[in-house]
Amino acid sequence: MGEDTDATPTLNHRGFLPDHNYVTEADIISTVEFNHTGELLATGDKGGRVVIFQREPECKIEPFSQGEYNVYSTFQSHEPEFDYLKSLEIEEKINKIRWLPQQNAAHFLLSTNDKTIKLWKVSERDKRPEGYNLKDEEGRIKDLSTVTSLQVPVLMPMDLMVEVSPRRVFANAHTYHVNSISVNSDYQTYMSADDLRINLWHLDITDRSFNIVDIKPTNMEDLTEVITAAEFHPHHCNLFVYSSSKGTLRLCDMREAALCDKHSKLFEEPEDPSARSFFSEIVSSVSDVKFSHSGRYLLTRDYLTAKVWDLNMESKPLETYQVHDYLRSKLCSLYENDCIFDKFECAWNGSDSVIMTGAYNNFFRMFDRNTKRDVTLEASRESSKPRAVLKPRRVCAAGGKRRKDDISVDSLDFTKKILHTAWHPTENIIAIAATNNLYIFQDKLNSEMH
Amino acid sequence: MNATTAMEVNAEARRILAVSISKLYASRTQRGGLRLHRSLLLSMVMRSARDIYHSSREIEGQSDAQPTSEPMETSSDQTVPEPQPELQPAVNAAEPPSEESDSEDEGCDSDIAEDKENMSPTKQSRKRRGKAAAAPDFLPSKRARLEPGEERYAAQLGSCRAGAAESLTALSLNLNRVIPAF
Repeated sequence: MGEDTDATPTLNHRGFLPDHNYVTEADIISTVEFNHTGELLATGDKGGRVVIFQREPECKIEPFSQGEYNVYSTFQSHEPEFDYLKSLEIEEKINKIRWLPQQNAAHFLLSTNDKTIKLWKVSERDKRPEGYNLKDEEGRIKDLSTVTSLQVPVLMPMDLMVEVSPRRVFANAHTYHVNSISVNSDYQTYMSADDLRINLWHLDITDRSFNIVDIKPTNMEDLTEVITAAEFHPHHCNLFVYSSSKGTLRLCDMREAALCDKHSKLFEEPEDPSARSFFSEIVSSVSDVKFSHSGRYLLTRDYLTAKVWDLNMESKPLETYQVHDYLRSKLCSLYENDCIFDKFECAWNGSDSVIMTGAYNNFFRMFDRNTKRDVTLEASRESSKPRAVLKPRRVCAAGGKRRKDDISVDSLDFTKKILHTAWHPTENIIAIAATNNLYIFQDKLNSEMH
Repeated sequence: MNATTAMEVNAEARRILAVSISKLYASRTQRGGLRLHRSLLLSMVMRSARDIYHSSREIEGQSDAQPTSEPMETSSDQTVPEPQPELQPAVNAAEPPSEESDSEDEGCDSDIAEDKENMSPTKQSRKRRGKAAAAPDFLPSKRARLEPGEERYAAQLGSCRAGAAESLTALSLNLNRVIPAF
């Protein structure tokens, strides 16, 4: 599975000075998302920019250049803003990008920062009209006396130009910070979730949205949990799920009521009393939730584990995977250096047989649900020469038996964290965001899903 | 839990509280404004640390066969209703500080009165324990001082008051404050 992964890294060199360990904060990647065919890959960063990569069509002549991703377009999605009423700066960091399914030649994506969601149209232009009657080649207006005959302008090929334009701006609907957006399977609506509310939008209507979940208590002193992530069901347009900071998941049905405060299903695992500590609440907070492609399962990530839930079983998860259990005894130091607040994302592969999530030291983990095997891989320049096969890594607990090439827990670099990962919808291609670098790995031997 | 473990736990709880407070204040100057989720988690950790601090102090107090040094605190915990974990991510700078001190004083006075009723005269410490005396050692002892050029009224906003010199008792009551800015 993972051991056969071939590394064809596409590195984003922005802001990385090779002689120094200096990374421009604006270049830190904050979200990664494949589109529905996997042809395009979008990344958003802290500086509010979106970079779209496109997969080169596979070339039969050169077998090794098949399907590499190259930069397709770059644009500034969000700018820093200032809320004068609250004297608050609004960060331009892109929190999430979601693609719309392609319905015509153009591609559409939604990108959001803390407060505003924007719909962008990405289109190609490879033809240009030439032979105007009133304008000359440079665009200057012709002297009418020189126009003696009429001609029909003809479309001539030109160098490919990718144009990105904002089509909709969905603003002023969120008091709190937007953490998720999710496009509905009806392809007409989408939802945006902040800490306390979830709003339903129509893609064509920007001046109003419907509030479908509101967990804000009348008295803010009674606040006990916030919404951490939300997603629509991939097939049922009436169902969506949202996760909370208490580690619970709520499945809601929009047919039941206009306001879905009352859940249809509540997924919660009873807390293990022996594992209680100062930081139990923090580590149980769910940082990401993803439906499986089949729509049958849910994948959640909290600080130390990844869990697979069956939609039909609310009492406990189907499977629990320890991502980095060796950190359990280090929660106090991780609290002090703020790492305990890191929000890791998780991803399914196309066939829902493997799940993936990131960790520290630029490690990321993959778990095969069927074979129960797992692997730890590293996304770094040293270990990712083009065409090189990634070597599995191992972290040994302090005091444990140590093999050659093992890393001890104490030498993990906690500044190198992989929070954002994405898996191609059908093939074994993964995109890993390591701070300001993007790594794309392809599994050459097992390119077909099985 | 014996006295030694209680002391260790106490020290740990104090340290976590100190770290949490500094994080809370740092988050107020963060770009993008106060993060509700982070503030909620911080306040939960602070609550657990505070509870453990109190209970470990009680145990210490019991094992020393001395009256609990802060009767005001334990009873204040009882009188303040806590059906659910309560939240206070940050003291609102706009809140008039006088309100806070009034409610604290009232709470403390009624607590002391209540406590005097419940405690037997022999066990009750004759020394009057003011708020300042109950200040735990993890909080810096000097009061917030004005930077040259700052006006006095600005210093009275909640941010300075709720800072260095507050005792743990006052902090317990402060922890129940809301996130009013939201």
